[in-house]
Amino acid sequence: MKKNQLMEKVIHGIFLVLGLITVGCVLLITIYLVISGIPAIREIGLIDFLFGKEWASTAAEPKYGILSFILTSVYGTAGAILIGVPVGFMTAVYLSKLASPKVKSVMQSAVSLLAGIPSVVYGLVGMLVLVPGIRKIFNVPDGASLLAAIVVLAIMILPSIIKMSITALDAVPKEYEDASLALGATPIETYFKVSVPAAKSGIAAAVVLGVGRAIGEAMAVMMVAGNVPNMPDSLFQSVRFLTTAVSSEMAYSSGLQRQALFSIALVLFLFIMLINATLNFFLKRETE
Amino acid sequence: MLNQALSKKRKGFEALVKALMLLSVGLTAALVLFLLIYVLGQGIPNITWELLSTKPSYLTERIGILPDILNTVYIVLATLLIVLPLGVGAAIYLTEYASNKKVVGIIEYAAETLSGIPSIIYGLVGMLLFSNSMGTCLMAGALTLVIMNLPTIMRTTQESLKTVPQSYREGAFGLGAGKWRVVRTVVLPGCVDGVITGGILSVGRILGESAALLFTAGFAHAVNGLIDGLAAPGATLTVALYVYAKEQGEFGVAFAIAAILMVLTVMINFAAALVQKHFAKRRSI
Amino acid sequence: MSIISVKELCLWYGDHQALRNVDIEIPEKSITAFIGPSGCGKSTFLKTLNRMNDLIPGVKITGDIRYEGTDIFSKEVDVNNLRKEIGMVFQKPNPFPMSIYDNVAYGPRTHGITNKVELDDIVERALRDAAIWDEAKDRLKKNALGMSGGQQQRLCIARALAVQPKVLLMDEPTSALDPISTSRIEELVMELKGKYTIVMVTHNMQQAVRVSDHTAFFLLGELVEFGKTDDIFSQPKDQRTEDYITGRFG
Repeated sequence: MKKNQLMEKVIHGIFLVLGLITVGCVLLITIYLVISGIPAIREIGLIDFLFGKEWASTAAEPKYGILSFILTSVYGTAGAILIGVPVGFMTAVYLSKLASPKVKSVMQSAVSLLAGIPSVVYGLVGMLVLVPGIRKIFNVPDGASLLAAIVVLAIMILPSIIKMSITALDAVPKEYEDASLALGATPIETYFKVSVPAAKSGIAAAVVLGVGRAIGEAMAVMMVAGNVPNMPDSLFQSVRFLTTAVSSEMAYSSGLQRQALFSIALVLFLFIMLINATLNFFLKRETE
Repeated sequence: MLNQALSKKRKGFEALVKALMLLSVGLTAALVLFLLIYVLGQGIPNITWELLSTKPSYLTERIGILPDILNTVYIVLATLLIVLPLGVGAAIYLTEYASNKKVVGIIEYAAETLSGIPSIIYGLVGMLLFSNSMGTCLMAGALTLVIMNLPTIMRTTQESLKTVPQSYREGAFGLGAGKWRVVRTVVLPGCVDGVITGGILSVGRILGESAALLFTAGFAHAVNGLIDGLAAPGATLTVALYVYAKEQGEFGVAFAIAAILMVLTVMINFAAALVQKHFAKRRSI
Repeated sequence: MSIISVKELCLWYGDHQALRNVDIEIPEKSITAFIGPSGCGKSTFLKTLNRMNDLIPGVKITGDIRYEGTDIFSKEVDVNNLRKEIGMVFQKPNPFPMSIYDNVAYGPRTHGITNKVELDDIVERALRDAAIWDEAKDRLKKNALGMSGGQQQRLCIARALAVQPKVLLMDEPTSALDPISTSRIEELVMELKGKYTIVMVTHNMQQAVRVSDHTAFFLLGELVEFGKTDDIFSQPKDQRTEDYITGRFG
C-alpha cells in the first residue's frame, strides 16, 4: 500500500514538472533575452539606442540607433493591417453569414492553405512577382521596398484574421439576428449592425493577432524589403524591420554589434508581450 | 405601404457592402489560386530525379536537395519524438492533476505566450540555449522547434481529453483504481486524437519554419544518417529555399522546393481535416 | 374587421407537411391566441405571417395570406416593410448586446430615422407603452443584458413597438419567465390591444383564457377550430378541441 502511494506521488510530481515546462520556457526566454539584451543598451545608452536615427554597425565609428527599425516595423504592420483587415473582415462576414455551405467549406480550406504556406514561399513569390511589379508600375529604381513588405505581410495575416473572425461571427446567437430581421432590417443590415457588433471582441482579437504575426515575421520580409537601414519616409524606400535587423547581421556579427542585435530582439520581444497581453484581454472579454 | 421599395440610402448600403464582400472573397480566392498555380507552374518543371536524389556539388555545378530532404525528415522525427510526450504530459497535468486554478491559469498563459513569440526570437534564444553549448546542428534546431510546438500539442491533447466522459474516470475510480492507473487506462487512450491532430499540425509548422532554424541548425548540405545528421549542421527544405533564392539566386531550385512544400502543405491540411472529421464522427456516436 | 386573412395555406419543410389548408381571419385590435400541442404547427404558422420562415432552406408555401388586402407573398411586397408592419416578440427574450436605448432605437434607425430628438421621443414612447419606462429610464445607456428576464422581454416588446407596427406576433412570450413576470406581460398585452392587433402562441391554456378574445386550436398542422375564446373553452364544436382543453392529451 505504501509503495503504491509513493509511486502515485512520484508520478504526480513528474506530471507537475511536465506541466510547468511551458512556464519554464517562457521564463528562460525572457531571462536570456534580458540578460543578453541589456549590456548593449547600457553601453549605447537607452535614448541613443531607441531614438538614434542612424544604424551603422560596421562603420569605423559604429552607430547603433534603431529608430528606423522601430518605425519600419510599426509602419509595415500598420500598412499590412490597413489592407489585410478590411479584406479579411469582409471575407469573413461573407463566408460566415452569406456563403452557401459548399462555398464556405471550399474557401475555408483555401484559407487554411494560405495559412500553411511557409513564409519563405511568400518571400520567393514576392521577390519574383511583387518586387519587379512595383518597380515597373511605380517606375522606381528598386521594387524591394516598404510597400512590397506591406503587401506580403497583408497577405500573410489574412488567414488569421479570416479564421478568427469567422469563429467569432459563427458564435453570434441566431436569436439576435432573428430579432433584427423581425424588425424589418435586411439580412445584410442585420449582419453588419447586429452580428458584427456582437462579435466585436473576437474580431478585435483577430486584428491584434494579425498585428502580432506581422510584427514578428522575418523571412518573407527579409526577401522583399531591401534590407537597407533607411528611415521609412517613403513607401518605395528600401527598409529594415526589427526582425530583419536581427537576422541580416547575426551570421557575421561580433562584440558590441552582436550584443546590439540581442537588444533589438529584446525590443521586439517587449512589443510582442504587449500585443499578447492585449490579445488576452480581448479573448477574455469574448468568453465573458 | 407594403410595396414601398427600400429607401435609396438603404439600397446603397446594401449594394456597397455586398460589392465589398464579393470583392474581398474574390481577392482571397484569386490569391490562393494564383499562388498555387504560379508556384506549382514554376516549380514542377524544375523537379527532376537528379535534383531529388543528389547532393550539391561545386565540381559538377550541380544542385541536389537530397540532404535537405533528409535533414527535414530527421528534424521532424526528432522534434516530434521529444515534443509529443512533453506536450501530452503537460496536457494530462492540466486536465487530470492540477487542482489549483491559479497554477492552471499561469501554465495556460505561458502556453499562449509561447505561441505568440515570433520564430526569429526562438531562433535567437535557441542559438543561445542550444547551439552555443552543443554547436550548430539539427538537434539544436529540433530542440528549438520543441519549445515552439509545445503549445500546439498541449492544446490539441487538452481538447481531446475534454471529450473523455467524466463518468469513465469515475467508473475507474469506483473500481478502486489509483490515479495513475486511471490515467494510464482511461485518459491516455483518449489522447490519441489530440496527439495525431497535434502531430500533423506540428509537422506542417516544422516544414514551414525557417527563421528559427537559420541560426540553430545552420545551412549545410551534407548527406548523413539519422544520428550523425542530428549532430551535424544542416538545412531543411525551407531553409535551403531561402538560401538558394536569397543568397545564390538559384530560382529554379527555389521554386522546385517551393512546389514540394506547397504540395506537402496541401496534403497536411487535407490530412488534418480528414483526421478531425474522423474523430468528430467517432465522438458523435 | 379582419386585418390578416389566410386562405388554404399549406407549408412543407422538405417532404414534411407542417401546415394543412389553414383558413383564418384575424380580427383587428384584439388578441388572438393560438393553442395546441407541441409540433402542431402553431409557431410555424405564426412565423409565416411575417415571412420569417422564408429564411429556412427547403420551405415551400402555397395558399394566400393577405395583410390589409395585400398579398404578402406578391413580388411587389418588400419583406422588410412587411416585418415593420407586423412585429414579432420571441419565446426567449433576445435583446441585442447593446444599451437599452440602442435596442429600442435599432428599428427606427434601420428605417431611416436619425434625428436625435425624434429618436429620444420614440424610445421613451415605446418604453412607456411596454410598461418598462420607470425601470429603464435611469439606465438607458446600460447594457440590456443586465436586466432580468421579465424586463428583457418587456424591452423586446418595446423594441418591437418602436417601429410602430400594426400587428404584434408573440411566440410563447412568457414560457421562459417566472409567474410574476408572466402576469406583468399578460397585463401589458391586454393594455396593448387597444392600439395593436396581437397574435399570440401559447402553451398555457389558462393564459389563453385570461388574455385572448379569440382562440385558434391547431392539431397536426390543421386549424381545427377558431372562434371566440369563451365559446372555444365553454362549448367547443369539435371533439378534438374538447379532448385537448379538458386535458385528455397534449
